[in-house]
Amino acid sequence: MEFINKHPKLFQWLLLLLTFFGLIFAIDVPEGYKFIRAEAEHVIVEGQSTYSFLGISVSYTYFNFLWRLPPWLGWFPIWINDVLYFFLNDWWKIDFWDSDLGDYRTRPFMLHVTRFISSTLLFFIEFIREIFIGGVKTVVAFTSWDWIDANPWAEFRGIPWTIVTAGAAILGYKLAGRGLAIFAAVTMIYISVFGQWEPSMQTLSFILVAAPVSFILGLSLGVWAYKSKKVETALSPILMVMQTMPQYAYLVPVMVLFGIGDHAGAIATIVVATPPMILLTVLGLRAVSPEIIDAGKMSGCNDFQLMLKVLIPTAKRDILIGVNQVIMVCLSMAVISSFIGAKGLGWNLLLALNRLNIGAALEAGVCITLIAVILDKLSLAWANKQTDYFTNLNFFQRYKYGLIFAGTVIIGLILAYFGSFYFKEGFNYLFEVPHNKGISNEDFWNRGVDWIWDTFFYPLKVFNTWLIVDVLQPMRAAFLRMPVVATFVLVMGAGYIIGGLRSALIVGGFTLFIALTEWWDRALVTAYMATCGVIVSSIIGVTVGTVCSQNNYSSKFILGVCDTFQTFPSFVYLIPVMMLFGVTDTAVLIAVVVYATIPATRYTVEGLRSIPPSLHDAAAMSGVTALQRLIKIDFPLAFPHIMLGINQTVVFALFMVIIGAFIGTEDLGQYILKALSDRQGAGKGLILGICVAFIGLIVDNLIRTYAEKRKKELGFN
Amino acid sequence: MTSVEPVIRCESVYKIFGANAEKMLKDANGNVDAKIFQEAGCIVGVNNASFDVSRGEMLVVMGLSGSGKSTLLRCASRLTDATSGKIYIDGQDLLSLKNKELIELRRNKMGMVFQSFALLPHKTVLENIAFPLQIKGIKTKDSVSKAMEMVKLVGLDGRENYFPRELSGGQQQRVGIARSLAVEPDIWFLDEPFSALDPLIRKEMQDEFLRLQSSLKKTILFVTHDFDEALKLADRIAIMKDGIIEQLDTPANIVLNPATEYVRKFTQEVPREKVLKIEAVMDPVADEQNLSDFKVSKDAIIETVAEKILDQEKSVPVIDSNQQVVGIIKPSKVIHVVFGNSE
Repeated sequence: MEFINKHPKLFQWLLLLLTFFGLIFAIDVPEGYKFIRAEAEHVIVEGQSTYSFLGISVSYTYFNFLWRLPPWLGWFPIWINDVLYFFLNDWWKIDFWDSDLGDYRTRPFMLHVTRFISSTLLFFIEFIREIFIGGVKTVVAFTSWDWIDANPWAEFRGIPWTIVTAGAAILGYKLAGRGLAIFAAVTMIYISVFGQWEPSMQTLSFILVAAPVSFILGLSLGVWAYKSKKVETALSPILMVMQTMPQYAYLVPVMVLFGIGDHAGAIATIVVATPPMILLTVLGLRAVSPEIIDAGKMSGCNDFQLMLKVLIPTAKRDILIGVNQVIMVCLSMAVISSFIGAKGLGWNLLLALNRLNIGAALEAGVCITLIAVILDKLSLAWANKQTDYFTNLNFFQRYKYGLIFAGTVIIGLILAYFGSFYFKEGFNYLFEVPHNKGISNEDFWNRGVDWIWDTFFYPLKVFNTWLIVDVLQPMRAAFLRMPVVATFVLVMGAGYIIGGLRSALIVGGFTLFIALTEWWDRALVTAYMATCGVIVSSIIGVTVGTVCSQNNYSSKFILGVCDTFQTFPSFVYLIPVMMLFGVTDTAVLIAVVVYATIPATRYTVEGLRSIPPSLHDAAAMSGVTALQRLIKIDFPLAFPHIMLGINQTVVFALFMVIIGAFIGTEDLGQYILKALSDRQGAGKGLILGICVAFIGLIVDNLIRTYAEKRKKELGFN
Repeated sequence: MTSVEPVIRCESVYKIFGANAEKMLKDANGNVDAKIFQEAGCIVGVNNASFDVSRGEMLVVMGLSGSGKSTLLRCASRLTDATSGKIYIDGQDLLSLKNKELIELRRNKMGMVFQSFALLPHKTVLENIAFPLQIKGIKTKDSVSKAMEMVKLVGLDGRENYFPRELSGGQQQRVGIARSLAVEPDIWFLDEPFSALDPLIRKEMQDEFLRLQSSLKKTILFVTHDFDEALKLADRIAIMKDGIIEQLDTPANIVLNPATEYVRKFTQEVPREKVLKIEAVMDPVADEQNLSDFKVSKDAIIETVAEKILDQEKSVPVIDSNQQVVGIIKPSKVIHVVFGNSE
């Protein structure tokens, strides 16, 4: 009794677990329950129940309520889909002038709007693309196909790669000095020499449109939310879901609305990249000290000046992190959006992975990563640039970089011109190294993979089999064996113990939504994969973080490693794991672990490093050993922050699990991918995405509530 | 009106925070009790404050934290809108100004210095100082040269390209001061400008501030929680408690005649010889003949001349700036001031 009074929380947890396992053993698996129910939901067979709602009939296999809830939300994705199609095809038809036909045509308003957005984006993408690799579409947009046929001189052939490379180096030098210049030049030369120029420039042109649009959109919405409480209240739940929604889930709705192609990819990218930008903008603006705002007002700023010259620059740090995020998302979406037709490196990477050509995939992956790093560094350097008011420059000094660039343009053109004589046969390498005509280390990597397979086949196989048969399968079975009632008890009970009734109801609501869709089993599989990943990642991350946080150098080093790994587009992680483990659950799991360990490590280091030194001094004077200090002081104090890291780990793990669907899993992600080729895919994709987001949000709610409570108790704010 | 019209004039200014502050204030009918308001969920910031600041005068508002002194300053600069009352700047009704006119006023007539310096972290010293000028739309070249003048004025030359984070607290506040002076305002608001500084730097900055003011002659509203600072700088001091101005008078009168018990608590600890001028303790001239050769100015602080007065056997004549004898002071009086109790 005394023990219970002393540790009421511990007792509550024990009771919860007891009830949970009690329920699991009390409720039997109903007869006829099979795990893989495939798409049988839409075929009425004997013994199935059906219901009809809003004219949509849903059929399902009925089980005991305690075991599985019936899919009472089964109509929802189909309904969303129908609504979408209604708006797109039947709602509010308007007349408009079709310049191609030279006549008026009728088209639904929504279609008109989406087509307008598409064509605008596409114009800019083509425009930038044609600067880099040539083409006629932009010129045609202002003239006509007939005109271009009559005037072949206007066919722009693109800038030689030498000039782009020199331009990147000059830009790097101007913004951040020699280091960045060399890095930029080496990267561009690498890309060119390895024959990845064309896809790289395609990817770049797509990013150069998507990133600025996301940035401007995110910044403006962020400013709006900062200024108006109403907007913020309306936006915040949407943003929360959007941030935890897997990127695949946006593809189908975007495809339905905007079609297929680079513009659709760009729109999907913008949709994914904008929320973090909004959140970071609001965060940054809120953190500006009120005195600085007063100082701006007293300097006589009007509202506009206050925002542009005081608030936004002062919040620069957070906004820059936002820019960074936008670029990272763009690069990772460069791959994912090639599912709906974005050209470039991502497309090649997907093709290569599909053919299991690890070498080719690796080449494309390296290029994507390099471009990500360059853009990241250039944007940071640009934002940190400062002006000098006192140097008295003459014309040449003032326009030094412009003039140098003009010089390189001329030299580049001359080189390309002479190149056209030298490389008479075939390709002018001084103009552009064509795809697949550069040096390739594809074979090297493929041979490497073969070598690994030949050499380590047995140990890898043993490990693989052991993991799947002895660990993963039983885990999966255990998750699927959970009756729905037990899941509710566990989730809501945890919510109640951590955050009271409010938390319990919130997480219960999320769970209920998932339970009422027809994908509960898939959600359990997703949860199982993510759980495995999170457990391993957390153990590794916290351990590595703890070890590395013991001194300054190793802390800095490990944070640098985390930064670098975070720059890699998420899809790139699939390459090495497929190289080692082939197309298996193990491969997905390893990718999840690698990817999700990043935040666990980072937050552990940050949490442990942020403990005030005076506490360490106090501890030292009390005579604690290093281990005692770690256990008695560092961990309890850093724990809330580490928990936030675990929260991120969960989100990262879910993302990678869903991306892993590409390798072939049986979870929600697989269904999202399937939705791409489904007539009713838009609704399904969205709801599946929301299901994943809700899994993330359940964990997020629990951990965040806990961490905030604990921080308050410890007196941090 | 006449030429003695005050630059800043506040008439029964109230500032009450809370949802239905205005209605509560109306119902209270000028009789605001902070406790009753607090129960209704309103916090009284400023309670019926009235004062004038005339041209070239420095009014120091002194109070402990939560006394409403900063709120009063924010009302006078209209960083917050007063709940009721009238505020006139150069005869212009501040509260009735439209946003545009207010901005105009701030761009030309007001400057403000903040406790935590409030420098823009992304701008250099020079850019920070030039900021109000650039906001006004002055050309970069002109604003930079003007800002450079200001940099020299506050003695930061050589550091104009530093960022605020690279400066010490005292230097940062010099930048803050320079920025507030860049547009050559008539009115200078200072919100605890030296509170965040080390004691030694604080004294240095106070001296620097007095030096600046002696040549600039701005109209100043200065907020501080430091009574010694108030005594050192002020022409007049307003002591605030719970939003009410308890006493508004010259430093000497506050020390000699504290109006309330609360004010007395502050003055008790004050070494009076460091605050009072001879004028405040001199006696009328009684015996023209029996005076010492040594004369003291009526504006001298007692401490600075005490030793010399004590050296005299006869009474010491007190003179004004025209060398006219306006009173006498006996050595025994000095002993009384220094060692006597405050009665």
